[in-house]
Amino acid sequence: MATTQRVDPDCPPRKNGMSLVFDNISKIVGDEVHIQSMNLRLESGSFNTLLGRTGAGKTTMLRLMAGLDRPSSGRILMGGRDVTTVAVRRRNVAMVYQQFINYPNFTVYKNMASPLEVAGVDLEEIRQRVGRVAEMMHLEDYLDRLPAELSGGQQQRVALARALVKEADLLLLDEPLVNLDFKLREELRIELRNPLADSGAIVVYATAEPQEALALGGNTIIVDQGRILQQGLAAEVYRRPESVRTARLVGDPPMNMVEGTIGDATLRLGTADPVEVPEHLLTLSDGPYVFGVRPHHVRTMSSGTAEIEIGARVGLAEISGSETSVHFEYAGAPWVSLQDGVHPRGVDDPIGIYVEPRRIFAFDTGGALLAAPGNDSEAPVA
Amino acid sequence: MKTENNRAWFLVLPVFALVAFSAIVPLMTVVNYSVQDIFGPDDRVFVGAEWYREILQDDRLQQGLLRQFVFSFAILLIEIPLGIAVALAMPRRGRLASLTLVVLALPLLIPWNVVGTIWQIFGRADIGLGGVLVTALGVDYNYAANPFDAWATVLVMDVWHWTSLVALLCFSGLKAIPDAYYQAAKIDGASAWAVFRFVQLPKLKNVLLIAVLLRFMDSFMIYSEPFVLTGGGPGNSTTFLSQTLARLAVGQFDLGPAAAFSLIYFLIILLFCWLFYTTMMQLGRGSQQ
Repeated sequence: MATTQRVDPDCPPRKNGMSLVFDNISKIVGDEVHIQSMNLRLESGSFNTLLGRTGAGKTTMLRLMAGLDRPSSGRILMGGRDVTTVAVRRRNVAMVYQQFINYPNFTVYKNMASPLEVAGVDLEEIRQRVGRVAEMMHLEDYLDRLPAELSGGQQQRVALARALVKEADLLLLDEPLVNLDFKLREELRIELRNPLADSGAIVVYATAEPQEALALGGNTIIVDQGRILQQGLAAEVYRRPESVRTARLVGDPPMNMVEGTIGDATLRLGTADPVEVPEHLLTLSDGPYVFGVRPHHVRTMSSGTAEIEIGARVGLAEISGSETSVHFEYAGAPWVSLQDGVHPRGVDDPIGIYVEPRRIFAFDTGGALLAAPGNDSEAPVA
Repeated sequence: MKTENNRAWFLVLPVFALVAFSAIVPLMTVVNYSVQDIFGPDDRVFVGAEWYREILQDDRLQQGLLRQFVFSFAILLIEIPLGIAVALAMPRRGRLASLTLVVLALPLLIPWNVVGTIWQIFGRADIGLGGVLVTALGVDYNYAANPFDAWATVLVMDVWHWTSLVALLCFSGLKAIPDAYYQAAKIDGASAWAVFRFVQLPKLKNVLLIAVLLRFMDSFMIYSEPFVLTGGGPGNSTTFLSQTLARLAVGQFDLGPAAAFSLIYFLIILLFCWLFYTTMMQLGRGSQQ
C-alpha cells in the first residue's frame, strides 16, 4: 500500500511552514459535545484523511478549520498564527461538499474564475489558472456550459476545480464523492489523488468509508464521538489499530471480535477448541483477552493448515460482485466472513468456519491492542 | 413478445371527456356566440368577424385594457420585490417561523369580496381606521371621489391581499437551498448582495416564474375586490377588463360582442403568460460570459 505523502526534494511545498494546529479544541452546542478537547497538527503540503462514521464530528472539524464555526474553547493556529477569531474570507480556504455546489447561473469558466475575481487576481492569470485546472479535471470542453447542463459527476468536477484553482492554504473536502455512483466515485478518486497531493495545500479529506481512506492513503485520522482515536499512515493504522474501536472503524465490514483466553500454552477463541498459541501472541501472559479477526480471514472452507474450527448457522448470505459475505453469530457477537467467489447459502444452513491463529489480533479486556499479526501475514489491501 | 396497439388511448379517454365538459364545450359555446347575432333560440344570423371588429374599436375595451395593463404591471412591480424581501426577512426555523407563516397566510384565506368590504370600510375617511389615519396626516383622501385615491386604495388592497402568496412561494424556494451554498459563498468572500444575486435569486427562478404567472393572471382577471370597493368608480377610473365585460354581458345582455371580448381577453392572458415564461427562462441563462 503506497501512500500519497509527497516527498519530492526538487519541488518543495509552495507555502513553507504553513501548518494547521488544533490546540485543545472543544465545540459544544447546547448540551451536546461535538468535539472534545482535541489536539491535532497537520503539516504543510500534507494529505490527511478524516475517517469516522456519520455524526463522529468530521464535518464540525472541517467547519472549525475553515473558520465557519468558532470553537467553544481552545485555539486554532495557522502557520503559527492564532486564527481562532479570523473571519473565513481572510483565511484562504477552499471547501468541497457532498452536494454539488456551484453558482447556478455562471458558466463553468465563470464558476472557476469567480473566487479569483473576488480575490483581485488579474485577468490573464485567471485565464491561465482556470485553463490549467480545467485540463487537469477534464473540463476543457465544458467551460461554456451551465452547471445544470452537466451530469452529477461533471458538476462535482467543477466544484473540485473551483477549490483547486483557488490555490488555498487549506483545502477541505467533506465526503465529496458520496453522492456519485460507485463507478464514478472510484474513477474520480483515482483521478483526484495527484491534483490533491500536488496542490501544496494542507488537504483534509473527510470520509465515512474505510476503503476510501485506505485508497487515498496519507495521514489517516480516526475520529469517533468527537475525539481522535488514532492517527498515522493509512496502512499503519490498518495494520496496527490501537483499540477495538479503531479496528472496527478501519475495516468494512468491521473486524470480528470475540472474547477468549490464553492459558496452558493454548489459545481459546470463544467457545472453540483450544489450539497452540501462534508465534505473534507468545509474549502474552495467561488470562482473558478480546480477539479480533478480519472478515476476509474468516474462511468458510478449510485450507488444510492449522486452523480453529467454529460451527455456526448462516444468518444472512450476501453475494456482491465476485465476493460472498456470510453473517452469523458467534459466542454472542455478530460475525462476518468475506470470501472471494460466489457461494450461495441458505439462511440457517449449518456452516463450518475456519480461522488461522496467525491472523488473530489480541486486545486486552479494556480494548487496547496488545499484539497484531505480522506484516507478512497480512493480505495486501484491496 | 411485445404487442403494439392503440389501447392506451382508452386510458386518456376519461380525462378527455372531463376536459371536454369543463373547458372545450364552454369555450366553443363562446366561440359560437362570438360569430353570430342571436335573437332567439331559432333566430340567429352568422355575422363573421363583425363583433370582433366592433369590440376592438370600442373605447371601453381599449381604456379598460390600458387600465388593466397599468394595474397588472404595477402589481407585479410592487408584489414580486416586496414578496422576496419579506421571504428573506422571515425567520427560517423555530416557533417564530411557524407563527410568521400563519400570519402571512391569513389574507389568503379571506374570501375576495370580503377583502373588498374590509377595505371599503377601512378606507373610509369618517369611520375607517386607514382613512381616518391618512386624513389625520393632512392628506385630502377620499377613494370614492378621487380617482388617484381610488387607484391607490385598490393597489394597496391587492398588495395586502396577495404579497403573502409571493412571500410564501419565495420562502419555500429559499428553504430548499442547501446550507452548503451559503458556506461556499462565505468561503469565497461573497458579499450579502452577491449571495442574493448569484445564489438565492437564481435558485428562486422557478418559484418566481410561478409567482409572476399566478399574480399576472389573477390580477389581470381581478373583479370582486374593486367591484365591492369602488364599483369601478369614480367614473370609470377603476373599471378593469372583467368588470367591463360583466357590464357588457350581464348588464346589457350583448352576448355576441361579450363573447368576442371574452376570447380576446383570454388570448391576451395566454399571450402574456407565454411571454413571461419564455423571457424568464431566457433570463436564467443571461449572465453567461
